[in-house]
Amino acid sequence: MAEKVLMKGNEALAEAAIRAGCHHFFGYPITPQTELAAYMAKRMPQVGGTYLQAESELAAINMVLGAASAGVRAMTSSSSPGVSLKGEGISYMAGSDLPALIINVQRGGPGLGGIQPSQADYWQATKAGGHGDFQVLVFAPSTVQEMVDLVSDAFDAADKYRMPAMILADGMLGQMMEPVILPEAGEKQPVEKPWAANGHQNKRPHNVINSLYLTPEKLEDLVLERYERYKVIEATEQRAEEYLVEDAELVVVAYGASARVARSAVNKAREQGKKVGLIRPITLWPFPKDTLKAAASHVGKMLTVEMSMGQMVDDVRLAVECKIPVHFFGRTGGIIPTPAEVLGEIDRLLEE
Amino acid sequence: MKDLNIVFAGFGGQGVLFAGKVTAYAGLLSGKELSWLPSYGPEMRGGTANCSVCVSDAPIGSPLVTAPNVLVAMNLPSLDKFIDAVEPGGVVLIDSTLIDKKVERDDVTVYYLPATALSEEKGLRGLANMILIGKLFAAVCCGEGERAFCSWETLDRALQKCVPARKAEMLAYNRQAIQLGATL
Amino acid sequence: MAIVFEKPHALTDAPLHYCPGCTHGIVHRLVAQALDELGVEGRAVGVASVGCSVMSYDYFACDMVEAPHGRAQAVATGLKRARPDNVIFTYQGDGDLAAIGTAETVHAATRGENITVIFINNAIYGMTGGQMAPTSLPGQITQTTPYGRDTNTAGYPVRVCELLSTLDGVAFAQRVTVDSVQNVNIARKAIKKAFQNQLDGKGYSIVEVLSTCPTNWGLSPVEALDWLRQNMIPYYPLGVYKDVEAGVKK
Repeated sequence: MAEKVLMKGNEALAEAAIRAGCHHFFGYPITPQTELAAYMAKRMPQVGGTYLQAESELAAINMVLGAASAGVRAMTSSSSPGVSLKGEGISYMAGSDLPALIINVQRGGPGLGGIQPSQADYWQATKAGGHGDFQVLVFAPSTVQEMVDLVSDAFDAADKYRMPAMILADGMLGQMMEPVILPEAGEKQPVEKPWAANGHQNKRPHNVINSLYLTPEKLEDLVLERYERYKVIEATEQRAEEYLVEDAELVVVAYGASARVARSAVNKAREQGKKVGLIRPITLWPFPKDTLKAAASHVGKMLTVEMSMGQMVDDVRLAVECKIPVHFFGRTGGIIPTPAEVLGEIDRLLEE
Repeated sequence: MKDLNIVFAGFGGQGVLFAGKVTAYAGLLSGKELSWLPSYGPEMRGGTANCSVCVSDAPIGSPLVTAPNVLVAMNLPSLDKFIDAVEPGGVVLIDSTLIDKKVERDDVTVYYLPATALSEEKGLRGLANMILIGKLFAAVCCGEGERAFCSWETLDRALQKCVPARKAEMLAYNRQAIQLGATL
Repeated sequence: MAIVFEKPHALTDAPLHYCPGCTHGIVHRLVAQALDELGVEGRAVGVASVGCSVMSYDYFACDMVEAPHGRAQAVATGLKRARPDNVIFTYQGDGDLAAIGTAETVHAATRGENITVIFINNAIYGMTGGQMAPTSLPGQITQTTPYGRDTNTAGYPVRVCELLSTLDGVAFAQRVTVDSVQNVNIARKAIKKAFQNQLDGKGYSIVEVLSTCPTNWGLSPVEALDWLRQNMIPYYPLGVYKDVEAGVKK
């Protein structure tokens, strides 16, 4: 087995992408994801790949669009304000059925906001990544090892369903170091992409990568076809981790960094004999509705914990079909909630 | 082992992040669960810098240490910021060259070490952090206590992992500093 | 009967949607001819932009990508970096290249991306119905400058070849027009050279083509050509602005 190494989340994301066959990275510096770009700048020349520092996030995402059109695995990374700028390209890639990976190492917002960790881009990632009817695959790692594992899964899913995928991380996960085991490079065969705009060599009709359809019926048909794919994804790609849920009276729902805090609080509660569990969504789109709905049949109440003003809480309510009360606790602006704060909220709800 | 939650704090350039990294690597090489989380901000040099290191037998939940059981303080603002948060029974290591103040709490064990002065005296300029690491491992990580997790040999391997190849000549100085700290 | 003229292979059979008297059709043909003559249609990938030429992906027979407004050269950069053996060109209007896409243009140029840029300058936004372009002339009446472009409030036109020729990354920049047989021949050579440069790895090459928009200028096709000669060419002088090979730098 490969050696365990200590890596920063940002660097682990980069190395994992290279090992997943991504040799084309286009970025623009922004805290707290800059180590990712710096790592790529160092590593890409060693693997014969492309690292390019674009003039803006707009340019970077459109370079990704170009490289993805050519049929290669391409990615960009940024943090919240930069991802807003990438929204244009993400919408065009969704409308052109292009696979690519976008990484958001979230920081506090809105506006320039701050640079400390946040989860306030949940809505942007899952619902409003750009204009038009579309979804992107959203993966939410909560450890550095999971960042490594999900990069590869995200590229595979993006290729499989021909759509953009996003890793929604945050400044805490990006900056922290944990031990990781990296996969060997080149374990996977590249996916055939007969649709790519890579030169027809006078052997096939020309391929056109496009999102413009001036006939409403044609555009509707294409969107409907895409939503058929989304249905398959919602049925087969939901992922969540359940922790001590079986006998729980109260279940905390949290993803990413806040799930780590929540887990500490759940452990503390269990030490005190309280029946508390954790459901941790790993995919945010598709949202793991099935796991939550199943838990709602035997759990009394839920508490979502987020580093935002409560952007996921409505999805949890919809998933449990409002059969049980779903409460919310969060900190925002770059504040990481403490396990003690979460435990306090758990205690309050258990006493209600 | 009992969970070890350390805050290393000082100003940028003192090597607090590096000290944390050496400790984290020692945890890794000892087969423990661990995390290392830096503070980050716009200051590149001279501003406050700190990092949280957790070492445990169980997976790490929140990597942000808000109630450390070990505090390594390398300047006064850091001591002032974190001293009240240290858990009762915790250990506090202070660079007394830069901190001219005594801890008023009597429920923590405090070591006052003139690390910066010693580093300059012994030709180990810039390695006050490693002198403190030597003491940290002697008192806690390699000791007999309930938070011990590491051997001296493992710490040395961790050091080798952390000193970059282009600064290989620094390895011997780091070792000297650790030995010096361990015997204080 | 001897064939004296044929539609280039690198154009599809789709009928062009351009207005009568618009010079897009001529420039499409010149680009396709260059692909034919250099034998590179099979490895060419064109980038269509937003504007009247947005549907050029239906007209060029090589692989095509339609880029977001202004981002054609960023998309072209991604295509070229992903597959350096492909021959990549963008086909952009003045709004796309010199307004919303100015940053992408200047930075692709300064990086010396080994791509070919075909720039249609007709001093107006055609597709949206005749608004001021970054290249609209001082005093020019458009839908959004109904009293004429007032340089005090709307500023001055952007001279793209002059601007880009100052950048070290640019290998070749030439301004041409297609108002006469003679000028079409000059344009044909310039466009072919801009592609040949890419094949030779010389770097960023741009051909700016002064073009007409009779519909939005409110002129007949013949009047439009006269207006171009009398107004545009004096403001945007024709010629080679940069050619690293020939040592030309104006």
